[in-house]
Amino acid sequence: MTNILEATDVTKRFGGLVAVNQLSFAIPKGSIVSIIGPNGAGKTTFFNCITGFYQIDEGDIVFDGHSIKGKSPDQITRQGIARTYQNIRLFSNMSAIENILVGMEPRLTSRWFGPLFRLPQTRIEEEKALVEANELLNFVGLRGKGDNLARNLPYGDQRRLEIARALAGGPKLLLLDEPTAGMNPRETAETTEFIRNLRDKVGITVLLIEHDMRVVMGISEDITVLDYGEKIAGGTPAEIQRNTRVIEAYLGRGAAGSAHLQLNQQTETEA
Amino acid sequence: MQTQQWRKAIRIGLLTGVVVLLTCMVGMVETFNARDLIVGVLTLGQVLLFAPALYAGYLATGNDATRKPVSALLRGIVTGLCVALPVIGLIVVATVWPDIRKYFVNISPALLKILTFDQGAVTGSLMLAAVMAGMAALGALLHVIPLRFRRPLIISLAVTFGFSLFSDIPLNIANQFLERTVVRNYFGTKGITPIAAIIVFTLSLVVALYWEFSGREARVHRQATITPAQRSRNRTIVTVISAVVLLLLPWIIGQYISNVVDQVLTFALMALGLNIVVGFAGLLDLGYVAFFAIGAYVTALMTSSGNLGMGQSFWVAVPVAVAASTLAGIILGVPVLRLRGDYLAIVTLGFGEIIRVLVVSDLLKPYIGGAQGITQVERPSIFGYDIISPQAFYYLLLAGVLLALYISSRLRDGRAGRRWMALREDEDVAEAMGIHLVNSKLMAFAIGAALAGLAGAIFASRIASVFPNSFNLLISINVLAIIIVGGLGSLPGVILGAFVLVGLPELLREFEEYRLLMYGVLLIVMMLVRPEGLWPSAVRRRELHAEGEIAEHEGIQPEPVQPLM
Repeated sequence: MTNILEATDVTKRFGGLVAVNQLSFAIPKGSIVSIIGPNGAGKTTFFNCITGFYQIDEGDIVFDGHSIKGKSPDQITRQGIARTYQNIRLFSNMSAIENILVGMEPRLTSRWFGPLFRLPQTRIEEEKALVEANELLNFVGLRGKGDNLARNLPYGDQRRLEIARALAGGPKLLLLDEPTAGMNPRETAETTEFIRNLRDKVGITVLLIEHDMRVVMGISEDITVLDYGEKIAGGTPAEIQRNTRVIEAYLGRGAAGSAHLQLNQQTETEA
Repeated sequence: MQTQQWRKAIRIGLLTGVVVLLTCMVGMVETFNARDLIVGVLTLGQVLLFAPALYAGYLATGNDATRKPVSALLRGIVTGLCVALPVIGLIVVATVWPDIRKYFVNISPALLKILTFDQGAVTGSLMLAAVMAGMAALGALLHVIPLRFRRPLIISLAVTFGFSLFSDIPLNIANQFLERTVVRNYFGTKGITPIAAIIVFTLSLVVALYWEFSGREARVHRQATITPAQRSRNRTIVTVISAVVLLLLPWIIGQYISNVVDQVLTFALMALGLNIVVGFAGLLDLGYVAFFAIGAYVTALMTSSGNLGMGQSFWVAVPVAVAASTLAGIILGVPVLRLRGDYLAIVTLGFGEIIRVLVVSDLLKPYIGGAQGITQVERPSIFGYDIISPQAFYYLLLAGVLLALYISSRLRDGRAGRRWMALREDEDVAEAMGIHLVNSKLMAFAIGAALAGLAGAIFASRIASVFPNSFNLLISINVLAIIIVGGLGSLPGVILGAFVLVGLPELLREFEEYRLLMYGVLLIVMMLVRPEGLWPSAVRRRELHAEGEIAEHEGIQPEPVQPLM
């Protein structure tokens, strides 16, 4: 299996603070991969490096055969990486359907003067976009809610809408930053299933940051554990659960031997 | 409860009194006293002095007035006395210490004469207190009148006031169609005659009463039973009628008012351009006048028959002028649009000033005339017909405004509008959605600049000359105020805003000195009462009102948002 994304020795510093240190990381095409780690471990920073919000100081990131180092967020999105945010960042005063239409930007080709002269291809493209946006809305389970303002949607729906918006651009790789944060167990289970479906039926590779260990252990094929910006472990869920360094990072030194089972509880309350 | 009501009456009275005192001390009362509303009966100064007392009396008493009219009357009187108190204080101080005029130049003998009814300080003060108390008591007693009569009464009073205040408009229309001697029966040099006032008041009262008692119900009934076919026919009729009115307008209102409308349309055209930049894309541009100036100067240089000009036709100059200002927009935009918010505002402010300084500079004087400006700018002509009169320019400007409206609405509803909205909402996320920030912003900037250039081109040929002082910072502020008052992002709002902020001051020349004061008051009141503008766009309305309120309005059940853990 080929890797859709390969990061080699990525380092990101903020002044004297090294947020991501010499991180090497690969995502096989068509997989679901997770990054976990205590708060402040550099997970979201790494996301921001991939999506071009931050410029990396050292190392290289190759996506789909091309280096994306130094590219701007809009260029990277156009190459096929989409993301959601830890704290939902929808266009809150726009309707749900408008949010998805904005997400479609990478795929739209009409020019600005199209509407002025009522060019047929502009009209056709817009009509098609609207149809597709509605399909996406149905796909994430928001049927009939297209005209609601994003900010008036309930919390779970906002998370779904954010995923729909990210999918609208037709990404090859989807980065989800804590997609189940703040959800109740039922919603969490639904979302987990939904993410699995994305990979199985739509064929999108997923990179996940998640605190809910049930979600992480349930759907990831590969887990990378970060602490203080460094990769401290990597492997299958089963391997990670047994790894003493991981347990130390979460619970502190000395707890490793006795606290095997507590890991689950601890991380859940933390999230 | 009782004491609370009295306290409220006193508080409102004193506050109103301070406002009245202020209008006296800035000289408004005296200046406006020279302006007749109803010839020989009422001046604007008197309204300014006494209407606040009436309103205060109305505010200070509540709906319990119907149950306890005597108590309401007493409270009204107390309110009125409180209004009078600060003003009487002014009379006393000015009488005891005449030198106060050295420090407050507007406290003139003429003002004191108005305040004391020319009866001396003591009698005058008593009279003033009595009149204020009377007005406030009247205001309080308005509550006694049942709502069905009160509303028409207030409406027709307001209509009569508006009619007499803007008597220039009906006067100019009447002059078009009626004999001068007939017109003189109804209009003074300023304001209207008592007989006209009675006619207007009676007419509007009749109409308002009719509406109150049967018109509204009839309308609701009609609305409920209307068929789609009828609705679309009605819409066609309305469109045709408004088109005919728009086309005939300059010949109805006459030359003077046409000139005012031309001024309004020039600003409306600019404001529509700025609306794309500020209202749609959310980029605060404080140097917008620069593009207007560039459009005007390019047109002047190309068409002037003087020694600075090239003697080209207006129609050749317009595209060049628009292209030049668009180019200027792009040149300024490329470096500047990487900045955000406040920084962008400051840099554009600087750019506006640079253009103004360049225009008056000695360096460019040989080419663009420095402070002397450029004169003898060609008038446009079309099919051999010269566009010279305000009426003719009206059509040119109308075409420009309609074009701007078309462009704005099409872009807003298309992909470009969506992009602008997204980057106004959240620039980072918009970029992460694949939107090229600088390009999208640049487009808004360039189109805005192009419309300002077009406005400048028409302006130059309408005035037939350009001078540097026509392009100061105040124009930028003015245009920005238009779109804020009208409603950011709202197209009808922009037009309405232009009429309110440009048309009204043109018609109320008496206000000239107090224009900025009025602006300030208007903007503060707007921000408190209607922050979304006079005619807001749907988007702004949702942004600026509490969620629950909107949800209620739109029939959506607000759902509780779970807190992030």
